Amino acid sequence: MNTDFLPKLRAEWLGNIRNDVLSAMVVGLALIPEAIAFSIIAGVDPKVGLFASFSIAVITAVFGGRPGMISAATAATAVLMGSLVREHGLDYLLAATVLAGILQMIAGLLRLGNLMQFVSKSVMTGFVNALAILIFMAQLPELINVPWVTYVMVAGGLAIIYLFPRITKAIPSPLVSIIVLTTISLFIDADFHTVGDMGALPDAFPAFAIPNVPFSLDTLLIILPYSAGVAAVGLLESLMTASIVDDLTDTSSNRIRECYGQGIANFCTGFIGGMAGCAMIGQSVINIKSGGRTRLSTLLAGIFLLILVVVLGDFVRIIPMAALVAIMIMVSIGTFSWSSIKSLKTHPRSSSVVMLATVVVVVATHNLAIGVLVGVLLSGIFFAWKISQIFRVRSELSGDGTTRTYHIEGQIFFASVERFSKAFDFREALDKVVIDVTHAHIWDISSVSALDMVVMKFRREGAEVELIGLNEASETIVDKLAIHDKPGAFERLAGH
Amino acid sequence: MTKLIALIDGSIYSNSVCDHAAWIAERTAASVSLVHVLGRRHATGEQADFSGNLKLGARSALLKELADLDAQKGKLALQHGRLLLAEASEHIREKSGIEAETKLRHGDLIEAIEEFEQDADLIIIGKRGEAADFAKLHLGSNLERVVRGATKPVLVTSRAFQPIEKFVIAFDGGPSVMKAINHIAQSKLFNGLSCLLLAAGEPGSDARQSLDDAVAILNNAGINAESAIEKGDAETVIKTRIENDKFDLLVMGAYGHSRIRNLIIGSTTTEMVRSCHVPVLLFR
Repeated sequence: MNTDFLPKLRAEWLGNIRNDVLSAMVVGLALIPEAIAFSIIAGVDPKVGLFASFSIAVITAVFGGRPGMISAATAATAVLMGSLVREHGLDYLLAATVLAGILQMIAGLLRLGNLMQFVSKSVMTGFVNALAILIFMAQLPELINVPWVTYVMVAGGLAIIYLFPRITKAIPSPLVSIIVLTTISLFIDADFHTVGDMGALPDAFPAFAIPNVPFSLDTLLIILPYSAGVAAVGLLESLMTASIVDDLTDTSSNRIRECYGQGIANFCTGFIGGMAGCAMIGQSVINIKSGGRTRLSTLLAGIFLLILVVVLGDFVRIIPMAALVAIMIMVSIGTFSWSSIKSLKTHPRSSSVVMLATVVVVVATHNLAIGVLVGVLLSGIFFAWKISQIFRVRSELSGDGTTRTYHIEGQIFFASVERFSKAFDFREALDKVVIDVTHAHIWDISSVSALDMVVMKFRREGAEVELIGLNEASETIVDKLAIHDKPGAFERLAGH
Repeated sequence: MTKLIALIDGSIYSNSVCDHAAWIAERTAASVSLVHVLGRRHATGEQADFSGNLKLGARSALLKELADLDAQKGKLALQHGRLLLAEASEHIREKSGIEAETKLRHGDLIEAIEEFEQDADLIIIGKRGEAADFAKLHLGSNLERVVRGATKPVLVTSRAFQPIEKFVIAFDGGPSVMKAINHIAQSKLFNGLSCLLLAAGEPGSDARQSLDDAVAILNNAGINAESAIEKGDAETVIKTRIENDKFDLLVMGAYGHSRIRNLIIGSTTTEMVRSCHVPVLLFR
C-alpha cells in the first residue's frame, strides 16, 4: 500500500542536505551551553547533559515523528530531577531516565499523543511562558553573590548576541559571545565561575553501562514519581514543539511516532550515562530559522555536539559561566511569548486566567506537567460554564389555567442542572404539567436525575406530568449510545 | 476510450504527451483532460540566517517570514502552472482541434491521479519530468510511483511523437499481458495497426499455444497480428527487435514483482521503459 516509502524516506533525510548541514552546526554549537546549563539545573556533571543531548538528538532523528525538530537535554525535564539527584545520586537519575523512556513508549502504545487536543491554546501559551521563566530562574544562582564584573560580562554577552547579527548573519552570535567573553575572562583577574568548576566534562565518547541501582521495588517506588513527571513533561513539550514546527514549515508530523521516538531516546540515553530530555522549543526554532528541515539536521546536530565537546574539551572548561548565563537569558527571552502579555487585554478573561494559572502553578511547583494539568482542568471548567449558559425555559399556561407546558431548550448537564431545577414553579397549582424536552440536549446522568426530580416534585403537588421528546433529548448521552456512529445522528443533534 | 488523462509539467516531454494525447483522442473520439500538479512545497530552508539567536517574538516573526516566502512561491507556481496548461491545451487544439479540459491541483501527483483516474481510461505521462531531465537514461522518480499506483493503463511517452503504425507486445503469458491483449482488441485505437506478439524463450515451447490464441483474438479485432518467439532474455530480445524493425510502440505488463525485489535486482519494467526509445504502454 505504501507506494512511496522510499521517496518519503529520501525526502525526510536528504531533501535539504546543504542547509541541514549548516543549520546542524549552528544548533550543535547552541546545544553545548544549554546542555551544560541544564546539567547544572539538575545538579549533575556537565557531561551527563552533553551525552544526553548527543544521544537524544541522534535517536529522535531516526525514530521521532517530526523531521527537523531538535530534541536534547532540556530545562523542562532538568528542573524535575534536582531532588532525586540530591537525595539518591546520579545512578537513580539514570534509572529514572530509562523508566521515563519506557513510560513514554507505553504512552505511544496507548495513543496518548491524541490527548493533546485537550490542551488549549491558552494552556500552551502558559506552558511556554512558564518554561521561559523556569529557564531564567535557573540562571539566578549564577547572578546572586557574584563579583560585579559578572553583571558586566552577562550584559556584554547579551549585547553581542543581539547586536552581532547586524554585522553578519553568517556566524552564530552566541558563539561569538562565548569566544569574546572567554578571552576577556582570561585577562581579568576576578573570581569567575567557569564551566570546569561545575563538574566533569566528557573526555571520551559515551559508553554503555547499566545504572548502578538495586533492582528492587524500593528503587522503583523512588524513581517512579520522577519518571512519570519527566515522561509527561517530555511528551508535552515534544508534542507542543512538534506543532510549532508544523506551523512554521507548513508540513505535518506524526504524534504517536513522536511518543515512541522520545521513549526510545530516553530509554537508550539512561544506559549511556545521560539524563532524560525532550524536544526543545528554542532550539527547534533556531534550526528552522537557520534553514534546517529534515531528520539529517537533527542527527548532525547531535553528532557535531559530541565531536566539538570531545575535541574542544579544554576550551569548554575555561568558558566563564557568565557567557552561558547570557545565552540562557537569550533562550528564555526567545521562548517567552511576549504577544501573550499584550493579549491579556483583548482575550476573554477565562483564557487569560487559564494561561496565568498554568504559569503560576509551574513556577510554584517547578513541574510543567502539574501546570498543564491545572490549565487543562480550568479550561474544561470554564468551557462547561460557558456552554451551560446556552439554556432556556419557556412556558405557557393553557386557556383554562389547569395545564402548563414547559419548553426546555439548550444544554442540560452537571453544570446547568441547578438552574434547570429552579426554572420550574412548583407552587403553581396545576392539574397537568407538560415538559417538552425535544429541543434540549441531555448530556449526562446529572441531568437525567434532575429531570426525574422535577417530575417527582410536580407529582407530589398532585399534578399529572407528561414528558415529551425525551428520546430525542437523551440521545445526547453520548457515551451510552455512541450516537456519533449512527448515520444521521449529527442532523438529529443539530436539528434540536 | 472515453477519457484520457495527460500529465503535464514543464519538461520537454510535455509536448510529446500532448501530441500522443491528441493522436489517441482523434482515433478514439476521447476527451482529454490535461492535469498539472503543483507538487508539495519542498521542505527546504533557503534563508541564510545562521545567527542562532532568538529575539523577542522570534517565533511569530519567523512564521510570518516563512509564510510570506511560501506565499510568493505559491503564487509563482500557480501562474506557471496555468501558463503550462494553457500552452498545452493550445497545442492540442492546433494539432487536432480537440478542446482539452485543464486541471491544476495542489499536493501529490499520486493523490491527484487517484482522484482523476476513476472515470479515465488511460493515463499519459512523459518518461522524465522537470527534475530528471539533466541525465538521459535516468527515469523520473514519479514514473514508477504513477505506474504502480494507477489502476488504469499508463502510456509512457518518449521524447518526441511519431505516428504509431506497428507495435510490439512483450508476451510473457502473464495475467497483465492478457489484460492488455483484451484491452487492445476492444479499443478503437489499435484498429488497422499491425502488431507483433514477441515472446522470449525456446521456440516450440508451451508459450506457442497461448501466443496463437492471442494472435487469433487480435486478428478478429481487426488488428494485423503476428507472433514470434526468440531465444535470449526478454529485455535484449525486445530491445533489438524494436530497434531493427522500427517499431513505434511497446506494450507490456508492468511491475509484476515486489518493491523489495526491484530494489535489489532492478525491475524489468523500469529497464524496458528506460532503454527503448519508443513510447511504452503499461498494464498492471
